[in-house]
Amino acid sequence: MSLLNVNNLQVHFPIRGGFFRRVVDQVRAVDGVSFELEPGETYGLVGESGCGKTTTGRAIIGLNKATGGEVLFNGDNLATMNGHDRRKHIRDIQMIFQDPYSSLNGRKNVLNIIAEPLRNFERLSPKEELTRVQNMIERVGLSPESIYKYPHQFSGGQRQRIGIARALMLNPKLIIADEPVSALDVSVQAQVLNFMQEIQKDFGLTYLFISHDLGVIKHICDRIGIMYKGRFVEEGTAEDVYNNPQHLYTKRLIAAIPEMDPAKRFEKMELRQEINTAYRTEYDSYFDKDGRMFDLKPLTPTHSVAIQQGGM
Amino acid sequence: MAETVLEIENLRTSFNIKGNYYAAVDGVSLTVHKNEVVAIVGESGCGKSALALSIIGLHNTKTTKLEGQVNLKGQNLLNLPVEKLNKIRGKDLGMIFQDPMTALNPLATIGRQIAEPMDYHMKLSSAAKKKRVLELLGQVGIKDANRIYKQYPHELSGGMRQRVVIAIALACNPVMLIADEPTTALDVTIQAQIMDLMKELQRITDSGIILITHDLGVVAEMANRVAVMYAGEFVEIADVNTLFSNPLHPYTRSLLSSIPSNMTDKEELHVIEGIVPSIQKLDREGCRFAPRIPWISEDAHEDKPTLHEVEPGHFVRCTCYKKFHFPEERVEDENYVTT
Repeated sequence: MSLLNVNNLQVHFPIRGGFFRRVVDQVRAVDGVSFELEPGETYGLVGESGCGKTTTGRAIIGLNKATGGEVLFNGDNLATMNGHDRRKHIRDIQMIFQDPYSSLNGRKNVLNIIAEPLRNFERLSPKEELTRVQNMIERVGLSPESIYKYPHQFSGGQRQRIGIARALMLNPKLIIADEPVSALDVSVQAQVLNFMQEIQKDFGLTYLFISHDLGVIKHICDRIGIMYKGRFVEEGTAEDVYNNPQHLYTKRLIAAIPEMDPAKRFEKMELRQEINTAYRTEYDSYFDKDGRMFDLKPLTPTHSVAIQQGGM
Repeated sequence: MAETVLEIENLRTSFNIKGNYYAAVDGVSLTVHKNEVVAIVGESGCGKSALALSIIGLHNTKTTKLEGQVNLKGQNLLNLPVEKLNKIRGKDLGMIFQDPMTALNPLATIGRQIAEPMDYHMKLSSAAKKKRVLELLGQVGIKDANRIYKQYPHELSGGMRQRVVIAIALACNPVMLIADEPTTALDVTIQAQIMDLMKELQRITDSGIILITHDLGVVAEMANRVAVMYAGEFVEIADVNTLFSNPLHPYTRSLLSSIPSNMTDKEELHVIEGIVPSIQKLDREGCRFAPRIPWISEDAHEDKPTLHEVEPGHFVRCTCYKKFHFPEERVEDENYVTT
């Protein structure tokens, strides 16, 4: 059975206006997204800013309320559960945030930051708590005495490790990583990505990896979902999506990855211009009469794409 | 060789921290030719933005000390009084900033903002000025120039705003453009568009461009020559093809192998040990990259590392590149294994 099953998830935000600030319209941030995560895999959600990828992640963990659809975690629907029932399940899902500078409380030392999930869910004596925190801090490669330091005393990469340590404290099954390396320099980014892969093996973690960086996604993910305007455009294994993109939007995203071979730069530029022209002329044929993206249609068992029934 | 536009000689930018001056840019020399894009790459804290700000004179004059020379059109910009510098900035020397959200004035229309440098540097009738603005908007790929002319920055998307910032920089036909992370704040597809636009512009204008970035992908797409910066110094200068096909300095090689590129498969990425030293703690004697490659023996480094020209136009600092290997690589000579 899959670990997480997201079915037709919708997150709509009301737009209020007019008389008595009634709801006049909805922003459909996430508009019918479905995917599933097998235990131990890394699933990548990619898209440009504003496509709804972060909102999807936040709706799964409960930071935004889902307005429709279901989020089945181990078979239980988290989307309709009340807070009390949710609490039993929620400790198995943790989140790593984008910006290691603002996601750690600057007034707390590392011990208090990392022990917070423990204090929420387990009753431990201060001594037990200290040993658990010390073990974890060593596991993420920080020195034991650093638990009495404050976030500002660490570098960006080290802070992201503290964020990861906090997420790992309750031995979660699923980690939602929202742009975990976007704020970091390349060399630090490499460090954090390697580390995330290492702990994935050791702790048997499943990742939902949200990012706009297609290079990073390709490096770390097994399967990828491409999002645009709150809907899925294409879904498949990393190979399907990068080597055989079907939807024009996916092609456009992949052509936008900077070419690492200086000799091919003008080739790449022409390819992009071709795709952009096609994108302008064929844009309408990728959307139905209400301006919504089509539903995903399977091409192969692993690869599906949002095009009209019966092909283009 | 094309005409030299900008010549930086032994530039040293020092910041005053608690009474002492520490150099963030430490003896940098570089020439930029006509119609050439020179990229300056490095991690945050290596001094690349400090270098850009010193060239254009936007540093805080109270806490910053500049030494050396920045020659543009036979004048040393560092010695000029502000009034004279203002005659050059925005005219001969244009700047493209990182974040188009903050670089534009929210209270002025796009048309007025592009015309502003022309008011200051050129005497044009208002009709000629408007014509020029519309022409510039067309050059930077904005189709509906007449409508955009009257709009305000908040009405435009990030990519459009960056195009406007580029149009402002180009307004007075600068001979030299400084682009400080021009695509960093943008989405991938927009980034690709802006990169392509800048390549187009380079074909039609003659200006030299200094492109400051941390993204080696952007460098590979846009630069003619590349200077890799580490701890305030250039550690490698080469033309772009050489740099990507035959990188020599350990820092360049480490940077290149730490990118999750779209070509390699799921191997482990290379991690550079340690962190970029802060300018106060930096050991200025010896090879500055040595602490981050501790497995290379000390005698591989020079005592006072200088730039060596290994091939015509390819410069590498220090001698440690000859003995450098990644820790996981097998080494033939056992004398060079220290760990």
